[in-house]
Amino acid sequence: MESIAEKKSYQVNDRGYYGTFGGAFIPEMLYPNVEELRENYLQVIADPSFQKEFNDLLRHYVGRPTPLYPAHRLSEKYKTNIFLKREDLCHTGAHKVNNTIGQILMAQRLGKKRIVAETGAGQHGVATATVCALMNLECVVYMGELDIERQAPNVARMKMLGAEVRPATCGSRTLKDATNEAMRHWINNPVDTHYIIGSVVGPHPYPDMVARFQSVISQEIRSQLHEHIGKETPDYVIACVGGGSNAAGAFYHFLDEENVKLVAVEAAGLGLTSGHSAATVALGKPGVLHGSRTILMQTEDGQVVEPFSISAGLDYPGIGPQHAWLAASGRGTFVSATDDEAVQAAFELTRLEGIIPALESSHALAVLGRLGASEHETVVLNLSGRGDKDMGTYMKYID
Amino acid sequence: MNRIVSLFQNFNKTAESPGLLNVYFTAGFPELNDTTRVLRALQEGGADLVEIGMPYSDPVADGETIQQSNDRALENGMSVRILFDQLQNMRETVTVPVLLMGYINPVLQYGIEAFCAKCAEVGVDGLILPDMPMDVYLDEYKSVFDAHGLLNIFLVTPQTSEARIRQIDEVSEGFIYTVSSASVTGSKSGVSGDMEAYFERLDALNLRNPRLIGFGIKDHDTFVKASSHAAGAIIGSAFIRVLQQSTDLENDIKAFVKEVKNSSEAIPA
Repeated sequence: MESIAEKKSYQVNDRGYYGTFGGAFIPEMLYPNVEELRENYLQVIADPSFQKEFNDLLRHYVGRPTPLYPAHRLSEKYKTNIFLKREDLCHTGAHKVNNTIGQILMAQRLGKKRIVAETGAGQHGVATATVCALMNLECVVYMGELDIERQAPNVARMKMLGAEVRPATCGSRTLKDATNEAMRHWINNPVDTHYIIGSVVGPHPYPDMVARFQSVISQEIRSQLHEHIGKETPDYVIACVGGGSNAAGAFYHFLDEENVKLVAVEAAGLGLTSGHSAATVALGKPGVLHGSRTILMQTEDGQVVEPFSISAGLDYPGIGPQHAWLAASGRGTFVSATDDEAVQAAFELTRLEGIIPALESSHALAVLGRLGASEHETVVLNLSGRGDKDMGTYMKYID
Repeated sequence: MNRIVSLFQNFNKTAESPGLLNVYFTAGFPELNDTTRVLRALQEGGADLVEIGMPYSDPVADGETIQQSNDRALENGMSVRILFDQLQNMRETVTVPVLLMGYINPVLQYGIEAFCAKCAEVGVDGLILPDMPMDVYLDEYKSVFDAHGLLNIFLVTPQTSEARIRQIDEVSEGFIYTVSSASVTGSKSGVSGDMEAYFERLDALNLRNPRLIGFGIKDHDTFVKASSHAAGAIIGSAFIRVLQQSTDLENDIKAFVKEVKNSSEAIPA
């Protein structure tokens, strides 16, 4: 098994780029913080004591390895062999905690006393507040004022966990603005605070560091698939993409195996041409957002466009720089699913397999019929989160 | 010679003129077509340099006051294209050095080459793009900036290491933008003892470039104090607040600049 301290192609180069994407487009005020992380992160991750603590927590606290479940009835319906990687069974309800465990251990080793994070729907905020409680570190989470109104249960969870939830009141008052506020907080508190970014976005080394922490997903898929079918590689790996952390983790150990098709599913919202969409690769152009050169949804004048999706976790106008490179290089196939298609897929999985998926993961489920996978092929779908948080939305569709 | 370079070369501090004053304002604010009005009033009031902010939807280095002015300007319909139209005949009346400040994405979308050419055409002297990394500037953009006679102004902060300050000094021309404290714009005010120690540390480095101090400068006292540690200072958020509250732009702007510089001259009617 490859270690997450190793490096491969399609991975970041030593200057912090994936092809033409990536880098660290940050104001000088953030430079020392990011530089400190860049200089130390590989060494810290490679350290055996870090590896042991990280792996022990993933096993005994998060509940890893998560199952790779052969979804028989779903497979029957789509006439192929579908395996669900059950990240929905992680502690706190989604893959997000893999990253926050890794980053809190990183923060401790860098001597940081306080944590700041951004959150959209609140899943990353909850995962961050959780590890801060576990490690007894002070936690500030920025959340768009609108999202605070829309996601009351997750706000309550964060507060119960001891985090301070601060509203982002500027701009569109959603995830993008919460990210801006978290960056500003880090500028104002440069010495003792670590910023736990929730996805494979932001300035180098964040996209690479977060991908390494999430890469446990594809590491497990390989060995579990071998148990099921006698080989480690499927024909397809499918994952939804907002910023792209669950996809980055699910793709990680398959990037250099070109016979494995990597399918990333973006949120089309009300439709690609509706003006209410979050499908960044379909609708965006290269530019700079939140510290990296990537693909983002923007006006002709370079102003960032407010995205739209029924799923708050995919409601982001950019995409991680590695995904931008996978899309531009053709290594990844980027498709999209609308709100309606995602909800329909959520109900289908629930009725066929008795698993209620998160709205985010439902976007990946929605493209199963479009893959063209044969009955001899194997499809691994990363079920990134569970649907408890989305019951309010799902209930509207139950007659 | 570049107007910024000659301004600093010809400047001598006196009791009446303790430092150079650079004033920031957001283009297209308070109203879309106020840009050149504000610019001219700043010059008439006695600003030595002017920094025009290109509004952006996600200005991460800026505090609330400047963010709000950015949002307002964008609502007014401001864009890079419109800004260049507004500045087309600027040099018929404006003699002070003019810098454009903004974030890199709108510049990239306009096109670096086209952007720099347009800057040179309308008479812009320098750029402040806080989220443009130094290595990208040196590798990809410096030759374009140089070809159009544009200076790129770098920032240093209290956390910037000495080695990096020296590197920035090496590649800088014009002046170095000295960020007074670990903060976004407008979030702290005043000049503390910690800041003075940091300014003295910078002074002792004997850099080849002059420095202007920004962040936390809001009035005559802070301007004079900052200027005692540098060639001058930069005012941004405090000036935006003047614009927000103004009912008589020209006179309020001139009065503010004079008050900051503490000129004893009466405000011309």
